[in-house]
Amino acid sequence: MADRPLRILVAKPGLDGHDRGAKIIARALRDAGFEVIYTGLHQTPEMIAETAVQEDVDAIGLSILSGAHMTLFPAIIELLKQRGVGDVVLFGGGIIPPEDIAELKRRGVSEMFTPGATTDAIIDWVRANVHPR
Amino acid sequence: MSTAKREWLAARYPKDADRLPRYSTVSDMEVEPVYTPEDLPDSRYERDLGQPGEYPYTRGVYPSMYRGRLWTMRQFAGFGSAADTNERFKFLLAQGQTGLSTAFDMPTLMGYDADHPRALGEVGREGVAVSMLDDMEELLAGIPLADVTVSMTVNCTASIVLAMYLAVAERHGVPWTKLGGTIQNDMFKEFIAQKEWISPPEPSLRVVIDMIEFCAQETPRWHAVSISGYHIREAGSTAVQELAFTLADGIGYVQAAVDRGLDVDSFAPRLSFFFNVHNDFLEEIAKYRAARRLWAKIMRERFGARNPRSLMLRTHAQTAGCSLAAQQPLNNVVRVAIQALAAVLGGTQSLHTNSMDETLALPSEQAVLVALRTQQIIAEETGVTNVVDPLAGSYAIEALTDRMEREAMAYITKIDELGGIVRAIELGYPQKEIAEAAYRFQQQFDRRDKVMVGVNKYVQEDQPPIEILRINPDVERQQSERVRQRKRARDAARVRGALAAVREAAKGTTNLMPPLIAAVKDGCTVGEISDVYREVFGVYRDPAWL
Repeated sequence: MADRPLRILVAKPGLDGHDRGAKIIARALRDAGFEVIYTGLHQTPEMIAETAVQEDVDAIGLSILSGAHMTLFPAIIELLKQRGVGDVVLFGGGIIPPEDIAELKRRGVSEMFTPGATTDAIIDWVRANVHPR
Repeated sequence: MSTAKREWLAARYPKDADRLPRYSTVSDMEVEPVYTPEDLPDSRYERDLGQPGEYPYTRGVYPSMYRGRLWTMRQFAGFGSAADTNERFKFLLAQGQTGLSTAFDMPTLMGYDADHPRALGEVGREGVAVSMLDDMEELLAGIPLADVTVSMTVNCTASIVLAMYLAVAERHGVPWTKLGGTIQNDMFKEFIAQKEWISPPEPSLRVVIDMIEFCAQETPRWHAVSISGYHIREAGSTAVQELAFTLADGIGYVQAAVDRGLDVDSFAPRLSFFFNVHNDFLEEIAKYRAARRLWAKIMRERFGARNPRSLMLRTHAQTAGCSLAAQQPLNNVVRVAIQALAAVLGGTQSLHTNSMDETLALPSEQAVLVALRTQQIIAEETGVTNVVDPLAGSYAIEALTDRMEREAMAYITKIDELGGIVRAIELGYPQKEIAEAAYRFQQQFDRRDKVMVGVNKYVQEDQPPIEILRINPDVERQQSERVRQRKRARDAARVRGALAAVREAAKGTTNLMPPLIAAVKDGCTVGEISDVYREVFGVYRDPAWL
C-alpha cells in the first residue's frame, strides 16, 4: 500500500464558475503523479463528501472564490466526520482573507493557498503533508 | 520579415544584446525587437484604418472620440442587500461616476432565491441579492432611470432580471423607450468561460434571441446583450483567443437572430461588447483596434448589414482581475492605471477599473474611490484624450493589430468548420483551448518566465494587512426571511397563473418577455421562474473537462 499514488479529490463547491484555479491544480497534481478526481463545478458539500467516500481519497482540495468559504469548509468538515472519514486531509485555495484562513485552520483545514501560489508549492505541500490512508 | 530589416538585424543588432532568451506578450505572442514600415507591406490607410468614425472603425467608432464625450466611468458594484448596494450606487454617482453597473450575488445569477438551501453562505457575498421585484425596487430607489444608464451583469437569469428592471421603470413612470443600459445576457461565454448556467446551449440561445427581439421593438436604447470576452480572458485565454471567441459568439447571436427572421439592421446597432484589458500594453491596444475592424468586416461582408451603426463595435472594458496580486496589494493601483490607459488608447466607450483589494474581498469604499480617480486622472490630467487614436501609425501597434486580426480570424474559420459556435461549445473546443492557455501561463509563471512583481519576484514577507470590506453576516438571514415573508404575502392563485403563462411560452415559440414581466409583477421570484426553465428546457451540468 505504501507505494500507491495518493488519491486527491479536487472539488469546486458553491455556485460560482471560477474553475481556472481548480483545473490548473487538478492538472498539475495529475502531472506530478497523483491520482486526481475533479468534481466539476457547482457541487454541494454533500456531493463532495459523497465523492470523497466513493473514491476513497486521501485528501480534498477545495477551490472557493465566491466568499462562501466560512460556510462551505465547515459544512464539508462536518459531513466528512459524520461519514467516518474525518482523517481525509482538507486543503484549499481562493480569495480568502487572512483572518478567515486562521479561523479555517483552527477548524481543521490543513492549508490554504491564495492567488499567486505556485503549483510547485502546492505539489510540495501535498507530498509533505498527505499520506495514504 | 522584410529584407532591409533582416539585414539590419543581422548586421547591427548585437547577438548577445537581449536580456531574455525570448520576448513575448503576456499571451505569449512572440514580438520582434523593432517594427518598421516593412512590417506593414500591404497596409492601406483608407482600407485598413479609415478616419475615426468611418469604416472599418479601426481608429474608433466616433469622429471626435473623447474630445466629444469621455468614456462612461462605470464601476461594477453590488454586495449585501439591495439597500446596501443602492447606498454604494449613490456614493459612486456623487463621486462623479457617470453610469451604474450591477453585480448580483451567486444565487441570483444561478436562479436560486435567497431562502433556497443552495444559496446558503452565498447570499449577498459576491454581489447583491435580488430574488423578487421588491428587491429590484429597493436597488433602484432614487436612481433617475431616464438619465443614468445601468448595466446589469447577469446571464442565465437575465430575462427575469430585465423583466424586473422594466417593471420598476414602469412604477417610476419612466417610459421603456427612455431606458438606456445593458444586460450582459451572453450565454455562449457562460458555457465557454464564466460557467453560470441553468439549461443547455440551444434553449439558452432561444431566450437570448427572445430578448434581442423584444428589446429591438420595445426598448430602442437598451443593449439586450453584451458580448463578452472579459470572462474568457479571466479564465486564462490569450488575447487572440479572447478576441476570436468573443466575435465568434457575436456571429452566433447575429446568425440566430437573422434565422428567426429579424432584419440585421433592426437589432445589430444595439449589440454591445465587453473586453478585458490586461497588462500587456501594446497587445491590448492592438486588440481593441483589431476587434473593431474585424467586427465591421464581419457585419458588412458576412451579414450584409447596411446601417453604419450595425458595423460599429462599441465596447465596455474592465481591467484584468486575474492580473492583480494579493501580495503587496498597493501595486495593484499601478497595474490598474496602466491597463486603464491601454483601454483608453484602444478606444473603449465605457470602463471599469478594478480596486486594489479585489484579490482579497469585494472592494472597500476607499479602494473603489482610488480606482475611479484613476480613470478621472487619465481623462483629465494626462492629455491622451485630446487626440483621437494617437497611436495609429505606430509600426508596432499597426503590425500587432494586423496580426491579431489575422490570428483571430483563423480561430473564427476553425469554429465555422466545426459547425458554428453552438457545436464548438458542445465539443468543448473553446473551453479546452482556454484551459490549455491557462495551464501554459501557469507553467511560465512557475518557472518565472512570466513575472508578477511582488508574487514571484521582488517578494516581501510579512506585508501589513489592508482594510477590506466585510459583508454583514446577518444579510443572508435577513434576506432569506424577507423573501419567505413576501412569498407568504402574495396572491397564490395569481402566482400560479403567471408561472403557467411563462411555462406555456417556454414550451412554445412566443416571446418569453411579456409573460415574464407579468410574472415578476405578480411576485414570482427568480428561483420560481428558473424552476420553470429547469423543467421545460432541462438542466445543464459541467462536463468537467480537465
